[in-house]
Amino acid sequence: MTKKMVCIECPKSCLISVDIENCKVAKVTGAKCPRGVKYALAEAVTPARLFTATVIAEGLDLKLIPVRTDKPIPKKDIFRAVEEIRKLRIGKPVKAGETIVENFLGLGIKLLATREAVKGGCKNV
Amino acid sequence: MNKRDLVVVGGGPAGMAAAVAAHENGVKDILLVERDQYLGGILNQCIHTGFGLDYFKELLTGPEYADRFIKKIRAIPDIEISLRSFVVRLAGDRTVTYLKPGGMFHVRPKALIMATGCRERTREMIHIPGTRPAGIFSAGLAQKLINIEGLLPGKEVVIIGSGDIGLIMARRFTLEGAKVKAILEIQPATRGLARNVVQCVEDFDIPIYFNHKVLKIGGRDRVEKVTVAKVDAAMKEVPGTEVVIDCDTVLVSVGLIPENEMIEMAGVDIDKRTNSPVSKEVNTTSIPGIFVCGNSFKVYDYVDSVTADSELAGRLAAEYIRGRA
Ligand code: SF4
Repeated sequence: MTKKMVCIECPKSCLISVDIENCKVAKVTGAKCPRGVKYALAEAVTPARLFTATVIAEGLDLKLIPVRTDKPIPKKDIFRAVEEIRKLRIGKPVKAGETIVENFLGLGIKLLATREAVKGGCKNV
Repeated sequence: MNKRDLVVVGGGPAGMAAAVAAHENGVKDILLVERDQYLGGILNQCIHTGFGLDYFKELLTGPEYADRFIKKIRAIPDIEISLRSFVVRLAGDRTVTYLKPGGMFHVRPKALIMATGCRERTREMIHIPGTRPAGIFSAGLAQKLINIEGLLPGKEVVIIGSGDIGLIMARRFTLEGAKVKAILEIQPATRGLARNVVQCVEDFDIPIYFNHKVLKIGGRDRVEKVTVAKVDAAMKEVPGTEVVIDCDTVLVSVGLIPENEMIEMAGVDIDKRTNSPVSKEVNTTSIPGIFVCGNSFKVYDYVDSVTADSELAGRLAAEYIRGRA
């Protein structure tokens, strides 16, 4: 059996084929880089996506803090992730890359802020 | 009149890369003006991933990509950053006039780099008839409302055009609890990247219709429906294929166009079809000493390429300044 997929790891969008024989991956073709091979192997078994969203900020200069997971989460957990994000609030200043939740959804994955926010008001130079 | 070696207009990825590169190439007196209160430009509202693999060899979100350059540029004291500064006039001798809380300022640099980005094509540019109710947004504006302001523009959405921002917003609306009822593309294939069709549309089973066009937008005060039909190879409506889709919101995602009114005002030759400066080489214009980079030079697919080409603009400007000294 051959699974065909578009690699979503970078904008080049390579078309990758994964040949599966006896329930094992026999060959991966079409990926232009190792990142794509890794993606294809995972996509053939458990599709997962890096999850991005925004968290409501309180008392900071931004209304919303953009966030992402540090690793892809299983596709089936995406709406659970959305529910969880809605409950969160960020009230302390954050830096890009700072951990917001250590063990997001109990998946052993971190939720990271992707933009800096400082205390109240508008930020001038 | 203030004098400077280099003025950069625009604090998005293009302007920041150009300013940093000019500095690395010996320009020590740089002013960067940005109309927003933050650096980063459009990247700040692009909270999804897909940036940085070429340039940083790392997969980043838009705000993270911007953050790398914001840190870099803030660490260079020779680059003065003027936020909330809106350029209102540009003269052929490179004099820049800008408004900023507190007054109006004039500065005349030895070289000028314009990095003003692009804007979205609008409904008017694609001629959709019908009424003019509330609820029609460009995809990028909807992105700003959701990702920066925390406002959901509507609950039942039809997206016209399948540009990348439209595809990305289809996912964003879905995750925020709205229903994306259709993406309509008049061409037989998407204009966006295949990766965005996979992870934004197919992942969420959002219906995408190719060879379809909008005949009419209906609704009195608020959008109520759109009427769509199939088109043939000549883009003509196929009779009997009309369908009405109820919705309260229409997003228009039909591409981008460089923003170049300022250099046009200064007398730079502009290609009326693409809105890019007429030029044989990347980043140069018909007026020596005025450079244009990033999406205001031409609309790029990847920010990584914007950065690379804008660094070149920084080097060109540095050479130009050296040549005049
Ligand atoms: S295989 Fe590599 S180059 Fe191709 S899309 Fe995936 S990450 Fe990009």
